[in-house]
Amino acid sequence: MRHRKAGKHLGRDSSHRRAMFRNMVTSLFKYEQIETTDAKAKQLRSIAERMITLAKRGDLHARRQALAYMTDKKVTHRLFEELRERFMDRQGGYVRIIKKGNRQGDNAPISIVQLISAEEGKKKRKKKAKAETKAQMKPKEEASAAEEAKEETTAQAAAEAPAQEASPEEPDRAESEAKEEV
Amino acid sequence: MAVPKKKKSKSKRDMRRAHDHLKMPNVSYCPQCHEPILPHRVCPECGYYKGRAIISTEES
Repeated sequence: MRHRKAGKHLGRDSSHRRAMFRNMVTSLFKYEQIETTDAKAKQLRSIAERMITLAKRGDLHARRQALAYMTDKKVTHRLFEELRERFMDRQGGYVRIIKKGNRQGDNAPISIVQLISAEEGKKKRKKKAKAETKAQMKPKEEASAAEEAKEETTAQAAAEAPAQEASPEEPDRAESEAKEEV
Repeated sequence: MAVPKKKKSKSKRDMRRAHDHLKMPNVSYCPQCHEPILPHRVCPECGYYKGRAIISTEES
């Protein structure tokens, strides 16, 4: 039974598979985007995301763990310096797989594996936009409420103003009356 | 060994083959260039998928 045995053999023994994926994940971080078959792409994604998680952790042990898997020191360095920053505020989903079609020679389904580029904060932008709209909505509501409140205050002020106007006159009158009395 | 007793008629042969036709691929159309494409794949004509250029197909 293959219960709880994730992954595919891909027609290779384990060492061949490991070597292949080590090279592939290194190439992916080197070139940002690589072409491969669908089946390999799917497995590569989980490995690549694991590497990025290591990079995001960023301590010496994580770096050594990544170096132990990837085949190029420079690429690992780049992952831990540049790419790390790019993925810092993204919770997973660092790698995109796009199906390209079938290969000419053997009709194998080919897909493009690529790292999500830095500009693509679409979801976040949407969320931010939503948040902003909400924020805009709320201030509007608040502003409208405030306006209403202002109106109320002005109304109150208007109501009070005559009273105030009236009240200063009264002392005058009182004074004048007092003067008259005197 | 078990062996057919009678030759199957042309009718029976052709009835068997009634379901042997090829199926049409599930074609949809590229929103960018309106060429027929396979769904969930990059358009081989214009190289677009989900509103962005994935592969460059400039041959002019």
